[in-house]
Amino acid sequence: MSAPTPAPTPVATRRSALRSSAPKGDFAPKESPLSKAGAMIVMLIFTLYFLIPIWWLFIAGTKSSDQFTSTNPLWFADFNLFENIGALVAYRDGVFLRWMLNSLAYAGGGALLATLIAAMCGYALAKYRFPGREVIFNVVLGGVLVPATALALPLFLIFSQVSLTNTFWAVFLPSLVSPFGVYLTRIFAAASVPDELIEAARLDGAGEIRSFFTVAVKLMFPSLVTVFLFQFVAIWNNFFLPLVMLRDEVLFPVTLGLYGWNSQVNQIPELRGYVLIGALLSIIPLIIIFLLLQRFWRNGLGAGSVK
Amino acid sequence: MTTTAVSGPTETSPVPRRTRRPIAHKKAIAIFVLPFGVLFALFYLIPIGYAVYQSLLVVEREGTFGQATEVFGGLTQYILVFQNGPFWQSVGRVLMFGVVQVPVMLGLALLFALLLDSPLLKGKRFFRLAFFVPYAVPGVIAAIMWGFLYSPNLSPFSLVTENIDFLSAELVLWAIANVVTWVYVGYNMLIIYSALLAIPTEIYEAARLDGAGQLRIAWSVKIPLIIPAIVLTGIFSIIGTLQLLAEPQVFRSFSSAVTSTFTPNLMVYSTSAIPNINLAAAFSVVLALATFVLSFTFLKFTQRKDAK
Repeated sequence: MSAPTPAPTPVATRRSALRSSAPKGDFAPKESPLSKAGAMIVMLIFTLYFLIPIWWLFIAGTKSSDQFTSTNPLWFADFNLFENIGALVAYRDGVFLRWMLNSLAYAGGGALLATLIAAMCGYALAKYRFPGREVIFNVVLGGVLVPATALALPLFLIFSQVSLTNTFWAVFLPSLVSPFGVYLTRIFAAASVPDELIEAARLDGAGEIRSFFTVAVKLMFPSLVTVFLFQFVAIWNNFFLPLVMLRDEVLFPVTLGLYGWNSQVNQIPELRGYVLIGALLSIIPLIIIFLLLQRFWRNGLGAGSVK
Repeated sequence: MTTTAVSGPTETSPVPRRTRRPIAHKKAIAIFVLPFGVLFALFYLIPIGYAVYQSLLVVEREGTFGQATEVFGGLTQYILVFQNGPFWQSVGRVLMFGVVQVPVMLGLALLFALLLDSPLLKGKRFFRLAFFVPYAVPGVIAAIMWGFLYSPNLSPFSLVTENIDFLSAELVLWAIANVVTWVYVGYNMLIIYSALLAIPTEIYEAARLDGAGQLRIAWSVKIPLIIPAIVLTGIFSIIGTLQLLAEPQVFRSFSSAVTSTFTPNLMVYSTSAIPNINLAAAFSVVLALATFVLSFTFLKFTQRKDAK
């Protein structure tokens, strides 16, 4: 791998690495062709289930509105994708682009800061002994079980006390808290940052904060990416909080904006085309992030369940 | 490539407890813990406390047109919650949803994870990616998309949707269940799959050489070892189910069968929009408590079974 892991980590056999070097068929008895075919058929059928809706959305995005209803919904007609995107971007002074940028700011900025904040706390909980440590960890664990949506209304009430509803901060600030991130980073820190290395950094005269950023962050990096990804998706998908907090359409994330258009389709039929092409564009950033960070989530998303 | 699903010795065996000594690095610990601590207090603890406080108030008016004032009302709002038929109907609805949808979704996720982990498949990378892609689609967007797919005239499967009305009062709950399943199967599959990857191969290679089939290995060796991962996905699914909001809210524009009291969270939203903040806060508190109790019970229950 290419991520910076300069020091040997005290990690048990990494099975995925073993696997790629020793294909199973070499030593295991052969599986029957019947079960192989059966497994393949199940997977292929479900591939259709998972991908056809997205394929349909893509095809719908390439069609003009007359052809949307009059041609085969699962195959191309005249290729109008770029005209459709152009029309969407131009509609109402480019409010859609604004929504996309808002979503990127809420999710990108929020997830980045949330990961850093959670990592510092998780690292401290794993590597230092201090009174109240267990209490803090248990409260945080309780926080994992409190769903974000249950907080949306009380957060709205509090933000309205300080006149911060309908601002960028009303959605951004609550996104910075990730109890699950603390839970994960505590496990990661315990597993991948050896005490000896911290000790060594201390002997070299590095302060605690500095050794966190120079030693621990590097060792925990792959897991931090996982936490970032979790939080990014959570914020990008968040709906209730912006729904109760925001009135001004200029502040909307893309999910809330498209939701608003979709609920007006019956009154303003031309919105349907914009909703479809907008939906298509809104999933592209997440798909790109997933593809780029594939090697992190591919085996790493479940890291929290190991314990 | 790297796996973060590690189970190293440092993690399973807690660092030996050292006997009492003065706390070292006080300042550093404070710098590490405080940012999260402060934000957690501001955006988790205080809102919870404030919701509880609001739920204990009632609005009183002097006469019909008098000034409204909030006064302490004890458990008045909670009595209203327990007398509120639509609220309990919505709770019943999501429980029914959960009892069916969660096992189906986790069953599929487990099946796919086991197949990915077995030597039966080719093209694993492709399947893993293809099944995970729906997770990139936000709930709102997925609901919009499936809303079109269900509609009698716009759907590519109009042969089916013209004959079966997925948006009818009887079926719309299950139509929503399908949207949720579609989005989350791949995510749960990955969590379970990464737990499978953490099992050392030697454990079941021996069984394989003894002539055990893949089914038998999966059932007797792999599944018992990945119970913690399945429990984790179960808890997240229970939480998610009780919190259903985005999908039904979107479906309101496709189907009149989805009312403003369809799920508990929709009730919270529509009650607060009346505005009846105090009752909405009481709904929120009851819902959060119910979620907490349910997932905690589930955790304890499965852990006890585990220990045997």
